[in-house]
Amino acid sequence: MAGEELLRVEGLNKTIGGTSILSDVTMSVQKGDLKVLIGPSGGGKSTLLQCINLLLFPDTGRIILGGKEVSFRRKREVLAYRQQIGMIFQEFNLFDHLNALQNVSIALRKVKRMSSRQAAERAERELKRVGIGEQKHLYPAELSGGQKQRLSIARALAMDPAILLLDEPTSALDPELIGEVLAVIRDLSQKGMTMLMATHQMGFARTLAQEIMFMEQGQIVEQGGPRELLSCSDDQQSRTLSFCSKINELYA
Amino acid sequence: MDSSFIWSELVPALNDGLLVSLLLIIPSACLGLLLGILAGFSRTFGPPWLSRIASAYATVFRGTPLLVQLFMLYFGLPNVGVYLTPYVAAVAGFSLCSGAYHSEYIRGALLSIKSGQIRAAESLGFSRVKTMVHIVLPQAMRRALPGVGNELIYLIKYSSLAYIITCIELTGEAKILAAQTFRYTEVFLIVGCYYLILVSLASVGLRKLEDMLRVPGYGKG
Repeated sequence: MAGEELLRVEGLNKTIGGTSILSDVTMSVQKGDLKVLIGPSGGGKSTLLQCINLLLFPDTGRIILGGKEVSFRRKREVLAYRQQIGMIFQEFNLFDHLNALQNVSIALRKVKRMSSRQAAERAERELKRVGIGEQKHLYPAELSGGQKQRLSIARALAMDPAILLLDEPTSALDPELIGEVLAVIRDLSQKGMTMLMATHQMGFARTLAQEIMFMEQGQIVEQGGPRELLSCSDDQQSRTLSFCSKINELYA
Repeated sequence: MDSSFIWSELVPALNDGLLVSLLLIIPSACLGLLLGILAGFSRTFGPPWLSRIASAYATVFRGTPLLVQLFMLYFGLPNVGVYLTPYVAAVAGFSLCSGAYHSEYIRGALLSIKSGQIRAAESLGFSRVKTMVHIVLPQAMRRALPGVGNELIYLIKYSSLAYIITCIELTGEAKILAAQTFRYTEVFLIVGCYYLILVSLASVGLRKLEDMLRVPGYGKG
């Protein structure tokens, strides 16, 4: 897979309240890839994703998107950059006072300055794409967990992001609802959307990820294709594999 | 009770007063709410210096009697060369006092909005100001509405202090007429009814507004 490099992160460091959360993280995502980030809680996965879209500002390091280095200083550039990075949160973070259609269209109207009609048309297309076109007039409190997460994906997709960051998108869902969200993600991946996803869904990572990164204590410990990291051929097990077996045992 | 006195003297005088009262209440309510929103936002999300100024404002205007504030504005300010008419002094006093209370209700409502929604808005490219205006404020106002409505009802009643700085509104008219005719019972009984009706109308209006803005997932909805 020698795709074109879309996102590159170099030497990222982040310290919060005196504790080092990320230390010298360097990684990249190729265009069209689905890259999966796994590892124990508190290992820095969430912080890395939030640093990548500048919801948190890294202390040091560089972020390069599509060959262009991102300036952290200039406010306007940061805002424009964030539009290009879609973000999906574990807790959905939908706008509670807006219905499904408005949740998607508000950023189109207020950030992209589209007309109300254009924004509504676009929003409706995105809702259909994730399979909740029928629920367009319902409010977040009236949707199921799976529908909420699909709505948040539609909201991010409407901005035409270059890459989608997903921060444990299924971890807050009931087990029977996980499948519908993963199906949307699978579909996006097959249509060429570039994604970086933190998850504990090992089966999903194994079958769909182009590459897996194992993160622990703020560092990327192992990195490689799922077959390399998740096969137990050799006597020396990879850290990733032992972590996966532990997770699978817990689920079993 | 003398019904001809009530209908030919009292009611016309009180109606004049009512007009003045409304002219005091409506602008004070709007200005007070605006001040409260600005102060509430500054205290919650503002930089430290702004937050400190807004908190000091709330402390002073919540911490002193409204009557003292009115006296300062009307009788005190001329000493430093600022002359306000009774009407302007009253509206200024009511707005400032009411704004201080509103800022508390709004601060509470702002604190109840989950930070995740703010992060979600920022991740979509909303600026800080746009996030506040389009995401936080509409939700916070819904949550603040019961408290804000309460403050508006207080305002209707504390507008009765304006006559003390010679802005003759409803209570002022009543006081004059009662003193002239010595019919305190009739006059103040009826003035009481005027206020009761005003407050009831405001309550119904506020309830309607709450229903109109109700969103599934908030309160009863």
